[in-house]
Amino acid sequence: MNAQTQPEFAIETRVVVKTYPSDFGDIQAVDGVSLQVRPGEFVALVGPSGSGKTTMLSILAALLKPTAGEIYLDGQNMHELSENDLVTLRREKIGFTFQANNLVPYLTAVENVELMLRLNDKLDKAGKLRARELLARLGLGERLNNLTGQLSGGQQQRVAIARALIHNPSLVLADEPTASLDTERAYQVVETFAGLIHEQQRAGIMVTHDLRMCEFVDRVLQMRDGKLVKEYTDKASIMKMVRGRAND
Amino acid sequence: MKQVMEISAFLAFKEIWRNRGRFLLVALVIALITLLVLFIAALGEGLGNGNREYLSKLDAQLIAFQSKSDYLIGASRLDRDRLASIARVQGVADAGMLGASSANLILPGQEEPLKVALLGVEPGHAGEPPVVQGRQLGTKLSNEVIIDRNTALRSGLALGDTLEMRVTQGTRDEYYKLRVVGISGGQQYSLQPSIFVPFFTWDKVRPKSEAEINSSDPIANIILIKLDDPAQADVVRQRILSQVNNIEVATISETIQALPGYSAQQSTLNTQGGFTLFIGLLVIGGFFQIQILQKVAQIGVLKAIGTTNKVVAATFIIQIFMITVIGVLIGSLLTFLFSLTFPPTIPIVFNGTTSAIAIVALLLIGPLGGLVSIRYAVRIEPLKALGLSS
Repeated sequence: MNAQTQPEFAIETRVVVKTYPSDFGDIQAVDGVSLQVRPGEFVALVGPSGSGKTTMLSILAALLKPTAGEIYLDGQNMHELSENDLVTLRREKIGFTFQANNLVPYLTAVENVELMLRLNDKLDKAGKLRARELLARLGLGERLNNLTGQLSGGQQQRVAIARALIHNPSLVLADEPTASLDTERAYQVVETFAGLIHEQQRAGIMVTHDLRMCEFVDRVLQMRDGKLVKEYTDKASIMKMVRGRAND
Repeated sequence: MKQVMEISAFLAFKEIWRNRGRFLLVALVIALITLLVLFIAALGEGLGNGNREYLSKLDAQLIAFQSKSDYLIGASRLDRDRLASIARVQGVADAGMLGASSANLILPGQEEPLKVALLGVEPGHAGEPPVVQGRQLGTKLSNEVIIDRNTALRSGLALGDTLEMRVTQGTRDEYYKLRVVGISGGQQYSLQPSIFVPFFTWDKVRPKSEAEINSSDPIANIILIKLDDPAQADVVRQRILSQVNNIEVATISETIQALPGYSAQQSTLNTQGGFTLFIGLLVIGGFFQIQILQKVAQIGVLKAIGTTNKVVAATFIIQIFMITVIGVLIGSLLTFLFSLTFPPTIPIVFNGTTSAIAIVALLLIGPLGGLVSIRYAVRIEPLKALGLSS
């Protein structure tokens, strides 16, 4: 891959396999998954419990090494990177929101967001201003100096979204970002998230078990038994799938 | 490295500040351990000092004992013939007899007499303590006395006063009056404040058995030997042993180590101090280990978003060090304030070196105690943030 050329995909996996040994033989948590996500595209990874979606997310996040296969982030093959390089890659090129324990509890909302800039040695005046503006856009302008314990679940997730985006990563990963939220809050959070991903041209991947949240994404990848079994690529089929499952 | 330190210091300080109640509690535990360690060190120093102060300040390098007395001052008896023989040995600059016993000072207005060490020294010779007020002892038989600073503090006696002393001779209590001509610095002996009288006066006023009352030949306990060249102590010691019969010769430090109970007392207190430090180590280690166990997911998130192990470890080290320093400072301040309330009768001495060693040891137990938890924190996998493990 020519370093000068902007790769077509922000993230691309090729036949990724993850196997865990067990007393009953090897367990194939991820079985030959190939996917690509373009900058500005928001993709949902769905599937029942044990389908391998969180394992896949961990592999995409460079937190877990695949047993086989290749992963390219911005055209860089992750397999070629050392442990230290992977830490740097996570810090510079990936943004995260997690299901729980998302934020550092002893930092305020704005300090949590600024932490990503601090870690990347980019906390200048402009960065501080950007962190405040982003939080204000997410409706947290009055909560900048609140500790995370003083924020509701939805507000915490929005702070996490701001933290995931503030350092301009290529890839934003969200693990069940609405798991602890009521429906109304969940819709608000995912809609905001999708809006920012599109606007800032990041590649976004969200793991969720709540199919209703898929109405804000551009593509849905369905996993079962470690395999990608179905892909919904247009809005109509996605909405049909959402409504169909919602009626189940 | 600068960036690592900046981020670590930021995280460490924010966590301490936003959880100051919890961290202050641990700092107070460290403060109490500091108080205990410093007091044990001061007590060890005070008791040791009370035992050895006179001997350690002696302007002499060797001490002659009666043979087979095992360097025990109370068990040794030497006559003046030995003094003359020792003084003649090449390399000996000066020699003086020392008689040690105890006496009760009768203090006006006080029911309880003050127990003191009554030491007979030869005026102008090794063994006579230098005075800080007044003058040295006069003639060999004068009824004069030098009192040490502790005796002056505890008795209220001043220069020119006459002290009354009670001793038991045979089966009767005898009373003697002596005039205070000098006050020396601290010269405790055998954990008692001291008074110094000319050797022949001592022989007259010291407690005696019925048999000793009529003896005309004054007997000392030991002979203090000052050398021309202290570096030649071993050579001169051998010379003395070969030229003078029925004696054994010890250095000052050997004599101090042989003081009854001295070594056992010091090793007991040192062990107590060591155990207190060890308990401190466990307390700090335990606190930070529990703290880390409570924060596994949080540390996992920090690592997942790209925080390096160096930052995670440095954050904990800074926290541990800050808490330890705050605890030790509070503890040292408390120790100082408590020490002001203690009367001079309590043998507590805050020696600069001993206290400094104790404080350095206390500052080290924090990082040492935290080592296990830091190792644990560094090994937390970022996957924990996703509720997974590899």
